[in-house]
Amino acid sequence: LAPWVPVVGLEIHAQISSNSKLFSGSQVQFAAPPNSLVSFFDASLPGTLPVLNRRCVEAAVMTGLALNCSINKKSLFDRKHYFYADLPAGYQITQQRVPIAVNGSLSYNLCIDNKMSQMVTKTVRIKQIQLEQDSGKSLHDDTRSQTLVDLNRAGVGLMEVVMEPDMCCGEEAAAAVRELQLILQTLGSSQAVMAEGQLRVDANVSVHHPGEPYGVRTEVKNINSIRFLAKAVDYEIQRQIEELENGGTILNETRAFDAKLGCTVPMRDKEGKQDYRFMPEPNLPPLILYDAKSLPANTNHQQVVNIDWIHERLPDLPSVKRAKLVEQYGILPEHSFALLNEDGLTEFFENVVKQTQMKPKKVIGWILNVLLSYLKQHSLTVKESPVSSFLLADLLNLLEKKEISSTAAKQVLAELWKGEGKTPLEIVKEKKLELIQDQKELEQICQAVIDGQENEVIMMVLG
Amino acid sequence: QKVTVEVLDHLEHLALVDFRDAEGVERLQKAIRFADQLREVNTDGVEPMDSVLEDRCLYLREDDVTEGNCTNELLKNAREKVEEYFVAPPGNIPLPKLEERETFLQGS
Repeated sequence: LAPWVPVVGLEIHAQISSNSKLFSGSQVQFAAPPNSLVSFFDASLPGTLPVLNRRCVEAAVMTGLALNCSINKKSLFDRKHYFYADLPAGYQITQQRVPIAVNGSLSYNLCIDNKMSQMVTKTVRIKQIQLEQDSGKSLHDDTRSQTLVDLNRAGVGLMEVVMEPDMCCGEEAAAAVRELQLILQTLGSSQAVMAEGQLRVDANVSVHHPGEPYGVRTEVKNINSIRFLAKAVDYEIQRQIEELENGGTILNETRAFDAKLGCTVPMRDKEGKQDYRFMPEPNLPPLILYDAKSLPANTNHQQVVNIDWIHERLPDLPSVKRAKLVEQYGILPEHSFALLNEDGLTEFFENVVKQTQMKPKKVIGWILNVLLSYLKQHSLTVKESPVSSFLLADLLNLLEKKEISSTAAKQVLAELWKGEGKTPLEIVKEKKLELIQDQKELEQICQAVIDGQENEVIMMVLG
Repeated sequence: QKVTVEVLDHLEHLALVDFRDAEGVERLQKAIRFADQLREVNTDGVEPMDSVLEDRCLYLREDDVTEGNCTNELLKNAREKVEEYFVAPPGNIPLPKLEERETFLQGS
């Protein structure tokens, strides 16, 4: 049987972290009373016009720069027409012809065979980033055969990040999205929390034989977590392979991922190919961005977005942070990965290192193997840890000074976890966990043990 | 070159317009002929203008919350509401196929 080459591309929508919406001054907030964060423009009442939010433009430029894109100094807005109850205007304002950023790349890492110590770096090309409006939310009430519409989300700014089909499996897709999520969170351009709908991913999947043209692709939607993304993509690849090997064909359709069943199903309500009748947004002139060279003199800086100014203020991206951690603390790359992968863990680690004499290479073991597993067992975030970096550092100091053994230290940590306010030293004294350094005392203990086990000693001596 | 029934039907589906009668279709044909005059101009090497606003400055707004909080006013326009939600049919109700709806296009 000829091998199959799966091809996976992604369309990711990230909600921009801003106070107000992309084209109106209503608030952006998750979970508010229905239709309370809606302006006349968002409800598409006649006579209203879009007014672009500068913060959203800056967020898109930051993201474009972080993903090595070319920023288009002139980009355009378009209307994409389709009918749906949560799209009051009957069209979405997007950037179809000339988006704000194009031709970038994202590097991400994969563990080979699930071994953290063997990591390989992969790259996926970023086709483009465009600014567009989010739609409202539909709540389907099947019992009363109606849909309830809440427009709070309608008009919220989105960055659509299109990743070229350079990926080949669920694991790669998940790793790429995870890295994008970390980058967005580091930039602050999006909080990118999938559970709150701030990061939505659609996957485009197809399979073909090597050397042959690409196969028909399907679009997979309704993926609600990074874990499900990997599952959905892998399921769809398998489904297509099986279908083709059984002599069937793949339809160019949209499928929804069913998390409970772990499979993809065709989506109703998506009849054939949509004709969106794209047209230029007549109410918005082109978006012009400047850099240090092209900046006109005497401009009002509120009216100007300067790409170079934004570039200078970009924070260290995750890949840079990891490299710095490895260099500064002598830890392994996979350690830096694990640190950045958990919110607040890097800060915790650095705080412990500051307050202890134990070498960072040893501290990292306590952070990743001990502390992190406690946190996971109890489903706590680093911020919720009952053991502070101060307490842990205190404990590690006792260990480092050889006042307690490693085993004893673990026992102390278990006690500290209870959060009863005791210090490590207090627990050590309470449970008599101190290491005995006195030679005579040690001899006495050994002798007592030997005396108490006369028979066993005789057996041993006789061989 | 006449606009075909397939295209007219497609347009009625997409835009939910109703060409209604021969006069409506003829009006469309005239509009297309009028716009086709653009093709007579040689535009080789000329950048297309897609907006008369192209020389205008796109005004950028500060990221402040200045609107919203008018649920009652908005819901006044709703024919049906449930608590503070707008009510809509369960899904898009597609226009019936050409053969199944009463339209002048049938006869063409």
